[in-house]
Amino acid sequence: METLERIIAEHPFFAGFESHFPNLLTGCASNARFDEDTYIFKEGEEANDFYLIRAGRVAVEIFAPQRKPIMVATLGEGEILGWSWLLPPYHRKFHARAIEPVRAIALDGKCLRTKCEQNHDLGYEMLKRFALILEQRLEATRFQLLDVYAVR
Amino acid sequence: MAAAPKIDPMLPQQYSVREVVKETADTFTLTLESSNGTAADRFHPGQFSMLWVFGVGELPISISGDPAQHHRLVYTVRSVGQATYALVSCEVGDGIGVRGPFGTGWPVEQAHGRDVLVVAGGIGLAPLRPVIYEVLHNREKYGRLVILYGARSPRDLLYRKELTAWARQPDTQVLVSVDYGGLSWRGHVGVVTTLLKFARLQPPRSVAMVCGPEIMMRFVARDLETHGLARENIYLSMERNMKCAVGFCGHCQYGPHFICKDGPIFSYDRLRPLLEEYEL
Repeated sequence: METLERIIAEHPFFAGFESHFPNLLTGCASNARFDEDTYIFKEGEEANDFYLIRAGRVAVEIFAPQRKPIMVATLGEGEILGWSWLLPPYHRKFHARAIEPVRAIALDGKCLRTKCEQNHDLGYEMLKRFALILEQRLEATRFQLLDVYAVR
Repeated sequence: MAAAPKIDPMLPQQYSVREVVKETADTFTLTLESSNGTAADRFHPGQFSMLWVFGVGELPISISGDPAQHHRLVYTVRSVGQATYALVSCEVGDGIGVRGPFGTGWPVEQAHGRDVLVVAGGIGLAPLRPVIYEVLHNREKYGRLVILYGARSPRDLLYRKELTAWARQPDTQVLVSVDYGGLSWRGHVGVVTTLLKFARLQPPRSVAMVCGPEIMMRFVARDLETHGLARENIYLSMERNMKCAVGFCGHCQYGPHFICKDGPIFSYDRLRPLLEEYEL
């Protein structure tokens, strides 16, 4: 049987993590499932957790009044959903909608923040990994803004 | 036996349009056959022809057809100006002048025994389609084939049926992404580089062939390097204003290279210093 600790340790986000860290995180983790077309979270809600996606696809959407939601990115297996739990004021900035049935590990943000404050090695490691994701997503967004396939 | 007389590369050969297929709202695939029944020169994946639309002008277009079917020349053209509009407006039976094939090709022989990664953006899938045919016809000579394709939106995707068919081939992975997905789109949304993390390949034994807008290729090449591909195993297809296609006129000069003659395919290690130069 797959234990939460093993699932966390084997998730690409935690590749190369020190072996005792997944055990520390397991107490903050739980399994999560979302049916197709359900919202995992919505803009403005408290960001109390983030997700390690194990299967399925999630659309990150921006709500625009009098328009249909705008899908700005999708996230899939092996990726991370949600980083607002890390930074004050801990509120969601986007909507996240399952566009396929999604299996994930939910990590409790409050629990994690406490553990990161108590163990700065863990906190620094988590920050480095999230910083890399933020950098990759910022670069992808800049690339997307260029609209390179449009007729000039 | 005397060798067959060589055709003057500056002299267009008469071809006729045999088929026109609408791929997207502004992109069409034209199939041409020789008007006098002579076989076209064999082409190498990645080469291009100069297509002469009579009364309008001549333009360089990459060959997008199957190299094994060299009696037909296939071109996928996006209508973005007067000459390309005239080309995509051709009807079956219309005449077109063809010079070529010209230029270097994709390194399909050097890729034998390796995984092949094809990264295409927008109309850039057209010059790469012959590589895909070549690999699929000679499956035993290659490792995995991974095709990453990015387009602006779902309605801008080329060769939809073929993408589905390629994905069903053994040892072949096809990942498609769009920059802007509508709510009904169930696929991936994000720039083409965001697909790399899902590609199942072994970077040290892979050869990447990349075609799309130059800025897209810069982003892709940089990310491929981060993923462990050596610069000399990353190939890009360059585009400049090609006129003579044989290195005489200098219109397509790019640093020390003539794109028409020395390219259009270059390895990233040769191109990298030039890609970061302004106004080249």
